Amino acid sequence: MKLKMLVFGLCLVSSIGFSQDYFPKNDGVKVANNHYTALTNATIYTSPTEIIEKGTLLLKNGRVVAVGKNVQIPLQTVVTDLSGKTIYPSFIDLFSDFGVSKPASARGGRGSQYEPTREGFYWNDHIMPENNAIDQFSFNAKAAKDLMSQGFGVVNTHIQDGVARGSGALIALNALETDAQRVLSSRSAQYFSFNKSAVKSQSYPGSLMGAMALLRQFFSDANWYGKGNSNTRDRSIEAFNAQKNSLAIFDAGDKGNIVRADKIGDAYQIPFVILGGGDSYEDLDAIKATNTTIIVPLNFPKAYDVEDPYKANYVSLEDMRAWNQAPSNPSTLQKAGIPITLTAHGLKDGKNFLSHLRKSVKYGLDKTKALEALTTRPAQLLNRKDLGHLKPGAMANFLVTSGDIFEEDSDIFENWVQGTNNILKDKNIVDIRGNYSMNFEDQSWTLNISGDIEKPAAKLTQDSTNLKSKLTYKEGWMYMTITNETGDGKFRLSALASKDAPIEGTIVKEDGTEALFTATKTSPFESKKETAVTSAPLVMPVTFPNVGYGYKNKPTAENTLFKNATVWTSEDAGILDNTDVLVRNGKIVKIGKDLTAGNAKIIDATGKHLTAGIIDEHSHIALKAVNEGGQNSTAEVKMEDVIDPEHMGIYRDLAGGVTTMQLLHGSANPIGGRSAIIKLRWGATADELIFKEAPGFIKFALGENVKQSNWSSYSRFPQTRMGVEQMFINYFQRAKEYDAKKKSKQSYRYDEEMEVLAEILNGERFISCHSYVQSEINMLMKVAEQFNFKVNTFTHILEGYKVADKMAEHGVGGSTFSDWWAYKYEVNDAIPYNAAIMQSQGVTVAINSDDAEMSRRLNQEAAKTVKYGGMSEEEAWKMVTINPAKLLHIDHKVGSIAVGKDADLVLWNNHPMSVYAKAEKTMIEGVTYFDLEIDKSQRIAIQKEKNTLIQMMIADKKSGAPTQAPKRSMKVEFHCDTMLD
Amino acid sequence: MKYFKNSLLALALTLGCSNIWAQQTPAGAQETAISITGATAHIGNGNVLDNATLVFKSGIITAIGDANTPTEGQIINVNGKHVYPGFIANCSSLGLVEIDAVRATDDQDEIGDIIPHVRSLIAYNAESKVVESMRPNGILLAQVSPKGGFVSGTSSVMQLDAWNWEDAVVKTDDAVHMNWPSSFRRGRWWMGEDPGLKPNANYKRDIDAFVSFMENAKVYNDALSNEKNAPFQAAKGLFDGSKKLFIGANGDKEIIDAVTTAKKLGIQEVVVVGGAEAYKVIPFLKKHNIAVLVEATHNLPGSDDADYDQPYKLPKLLADAGILVSIQNADAANFQNRNLPFYAGQVVGQGMDKEEALSLITLNAAKILGIDQEFGSLEVGKSATLFVSEGDALDMRTNLVSHAFIQGRQLSLETHQTELWKRYMGKYNSSEKTVE
Repeated sequence: MKLKMLVFGLCLVSSIGFSQDYFPKNDGVKVANNHYTALTNATIYTSPTEIIEKGTLLLKNGRVVAVGKNVQIPLQTVVTDLSGKTIYPSFIDLFSDFGVSKPASARGGRGSQYEPTREGFYWNDHIMPENNAIDQFSFNAKAAKDLMSQGFGVVNTHIQDGVARGSGALIALNALETDAQRVLSSRSAQYFSFNKSAVKSQSYPGSLMGAMALLRQFFSDANWYGKGNSNTRDRSIEAFNAQKNSLAIFDAGDKGNIVRADKIGDAYQIPFVILGGGDSYEDLDAIKATNTTIIVPLNFPKAYDVEDPYKANYVSLEDMRAWNQAPSNPSTLQKAGIPITLTAHGLKDGKNFLSHLRKSVKYGLDKTKALEALTTRPAQLLNRKDLGHLKPGAMANFLVTSGDIFEEDSDIFENWVQGTNNILKDKNIVDIRGNYSMNFEDQSWTLNISGDIEKPAAKLTQDSTNLKSKLTYKEGWMYMTITNETGDGKFRLSALASKDAPIEGTIVKEDGTEALFTATKTSPFESKKETAVTSAPLVMPVTFPNVGYGYKNKPTAENTLFKNATVWTSEDAGILDNTDVLVRNGKIVKIGKDLTAGNAKIIDATGKHLTAGIIDEHSHIALKAVNEGGQNSTAEVKMEDVIDPEHMGIYRDLAGGVTTMQLLHGSANPIGGRSAIIKLRWGATADELIFKEAPGFIKFALGENVKQSNWSSYSRFPQTRMGVEQMFINYFQRAKEYDAKKKSKQSYRYDEEMEVLAEILNGERFISCHSYVQSEINMLMKVAEQFNFKVNTFTHILEGYKVADKMAEHGVGGSTFSDWWAYKYEVNDAIPYNAAIMQSQGVTVAINSDDAEMSRRLNQEAAKTVKYGGMSEEEAWKMVTINPAKLLHIDHKVGSIAVGKDADLVLWNNHPMSVYAKAEKTMIEGVTYFDLEIDKSQRIAIQKEKNTLIQMMIADKKSGAPTQAPKRSMKVEFHCDTMLD
Repeated sequence: MKYFKNSLLALALTLGCSNIWAQQTPAGAQETAISITGATAHIGNGNVLDNATLVFKSGIITAIGDANTPTEGQIINVNGKHVYPGFIANCSSLGLVEIDAVRATDDQDEIGDIIPHVRSLIAYNAESKVVESMRPNGILLAQVSPKGGFVSGTSSVMQLDAWNWEDAVVKTDDAVHMNWPSSFRRGRWWMGEDPGLKPNANYKRDIDAFVSFMENAKVYNDALSNEKNAPFQAAKGLFDGSKKLFIGANGDKEIIDAVTTAKKLGIQEVVVVGGAEAYKVIPFLKKHNIAVLVEATHNLPGSDDADYDQPYKLPKLLADAGILVSIQNADAANFQNRNLPFYAGQVVGQGMDKEEALSLITLNAAKILGIDQEFGSLEVGKSATLFVSEGDALDMRTNLVSHAFIQGRQLSLETHQTELWKRYMGKYNSSEKTVE
């Protein structure tokens, strides 16, 4: 058995060690050193789960030859005794930019660049799979040393720029050899992200959803191209297809983006390994469901400096919790059984990696699992059988430590890479600390040496008088300068340290004459280090969502009987006095007088008003992005891709009685993105918010925004209303031809944008079109008629009153503001009577918000139609309930109080359209998501928890931990014309 | 040039066709006495009179009382309806901005850091369609103030039915407006910065600049100078109390710094504008007798952890503590000023008495502007600037103004918007008839 191992080892030697045998040598004679190295008597982790006590590790030519308790040491072996020391396989970082410089930003300049700059590559400049990190790689000795000091031996480096970033290179941090040895692979993995290139200026993608759509289309195109369908050459696609089977790593970042990246991977059979952020623990179930490996960064936030109560006020509970909970991220993922690897990426100072790793262990990360995450798992993902362990044949990449590497006081003495030893700390350092009696000539002093083993400090006394002294301890020699009582006159002293025998050396006296001295140890050094607190740190519970007003447990549906309410049905039944409504299993099951509750909870609604939940046809809350303005048509993007379920707007809207809304793309382009229709289930995940039964919608837009009238951009078609028409005609004609080709079963290139437009032509998707003036409203109806479909909704539609008859004839609905006007030129003729006039001509009319503030008062906005135009109260209320439900084709589920419909209900303390009314309870499918009483207790709980966290942060600061200045994180409140790029 | 001329002509024609310059003709001076009878009179000072009679002559209220009060002149019986003092919009941009996105129509923000000499008065467009749209909702008076920068300029108080700014003004150059620096600064997200708030390193430097200006202005005005300095001159009224200083400040620290600094400089009359965290420093505000013009209640709370109804209840928190409170919406779009009554109504939902909520936008507003001798309540001797509503004017459904008077002059309640409404309803009604 042993012989076999030896033979195996030798084989490797001949293949690796002599790899550059063919190089001529002109500066001397050619020699070879094929000696063995044996490290003996060490505790050896041959893998995270296999540990050998007092074992021997035998190396030759950069590889492990043998490892075990009884390894036979061959002749010609340099033997080092590592008694008391531990050997670990060194760490592997899958996500690094080692040796690759950060691309400098080339942004700026005037105007937007819509067209690509390259020829022969993919049409989008941010797709660069043809980039290879190795082409830019230059070994950085200093960065290598820093990485080695943290335990890393091998890193997978890549160019961190662009949406498709090209191939990475696997590098051993071997400072003593050349790239010929240290480059383990020059095509080790492909990298992707949602972020545009810093060096490219092409406008598209200008948003998260745009980046997602771009990746989907690219992967689809690569597939199509790979089947030989293209007449032209595309070096980007070819580079991607050539690497198709290598590891694919996605730089996702936050928890939501992990799920986003995974979905794209699943759709195109690309099993991404995904770099997360520090917040994955907040969405454990969704991340576990991705069934993929997460690369976990250890960049835990610093505590906020909150001693000043005024400044402390600026920090949100969400951010305070992030500080408190983030160190538990690695352990939470590990305990949930999610496969992880760890990375130094994201740390401002990479030299904090080990300390953060140890912190993670303190917060519950299992040591064995941590070691796997740093060794065997990344090696497996890279498909490298010779990395991540120390069994025979493995690359000799390992650490020599003083003890358990996960404990605070252990040291890494040596980091061996490919069999070369990088000494970080002298493992043979003589511990000179202790108490000595020191004598020279007739003098007798007492010397105490204490402190750090490498940088000890001395205290010198003569007849119980302190002498001033300074001790330097370096490379086994100690040097001291000593000042006498009066402060002048100096002794100088030098001696070679000695472990057991008395220290003997030379002392140079005040007058320059020399004498010999002896220091004899009288007693050993005793560490005064306090024993570390072993109890796990206090971590606040995660809520759903994990922000202020989140719930400790996700609320559940309750069977409920509302007794004796004034019921606004939004149906022909009208407004019913003293009526009961019974909710069972999330549905409205009975409406009537004196209903029996059965097992249902009874809510006395006497003197109160019960209505259907408000529906906002036009909102942009709860989104990570709103506009993809990088092209004039972006039907390929989906708002469902960028839902932010933690946005406080959701909770605030519930407090205003809103239960359902359409999250629309912005109005940056004539053909915008697909909508997300959601229910405001506070505490649910992004996917759970989606209104499953709602049909597909898309945002179109007309007028000033799509013409880019109010910002300086003059290069994108269209710049006039005339151009807008031609653009629509062109796109619909192309979609018609695309669909015909597809239906005829001819071979075609899948085009997500054309697919969506064809859905419109086929009546499978509905348009909600941002619109203001009558000419363009009329135009879009005519274009639609030309292509045999109907525009579903004109949203905003502030001049709808001028063409209400035409709208009624076409069969389009109007979703409008109650009273907005005068904010731009095209709304100069907007009038608050608009809703009433359109309604009078038979148009289905809704009142919408397009605004996080107004959305939570839509009941009041509906009331304005009573004031302006004399709408009846019953009809006015429909403007925010059944009418928007009709416009969204969800009126069979929501929008009114009728038996069989979803129990989306609001209990008001007053007439629901009175400015004085408050929502007391807001329910979605039987689940109470807002309750005025619970809200009160939440306010108190927020104050309390913040105070606890503030005290913890102040304690953290006092203990010497670094802090950051207080800040308030801010999400941008989106409107139609918000551009983020 | 020729092209330019032609296009101008074309523009003029287009605009002419849509009748865009049309504005209601201002009413002439009150010639005969008017008596309003049968009204529920909301006085503005917290009191209500049922079935009241109100008499005004030559623009002045001469009598108000129960049904036995002798009438005079023209009698307008408004049985079951409500009469209110005209609402007052503070810190507005009315008449300074017509269309927000059209730069040519925007006259509210001059360049320069400390420019108290810049006056809103002369830029006020008495023929603004936005101004006209205020009146059918009961807003009859407005403080028109410059915006932006540090010390933005000087406001004047206008009545909203006039031929020109000289007609319109009721108090000239009433106050200097400034924005107190914020100790936290918002990241410029459009430039890639974190959009969050972080400590403002320039906070003290900015305050020092203001202090230095004011100290110099003070000594300048102590004696006659041969060299004129318009900004210093414009600050004079702040020291003798003839002008107020309206300071925009929201944080509790900023409010304390602003008031303390202003008082130390010898500025007589200070009003806090915004005051989002004023409820945290109530004893301080009371001690210095500072009024607060809170931001419109229809706003989002300032932070995620804040109570969802924080902006709704702020006026009540302050008023309950005895602080003089009114409401402004300086930060919202100009047209939104017509929602002023509903901003006050919102506070009633938080438990404030309806009449007290009414005071927020009538007598309190007048007191803060220093025009309460003349406006702000239905009292004998005050200007007959008032209106009649079908119902509760603080609630959207019932704010239906049937009559409005400024200085006794009965004004038109038609607007560009009502005309379009009538024109298009007329079109549809006549075409329906044709069909029939």
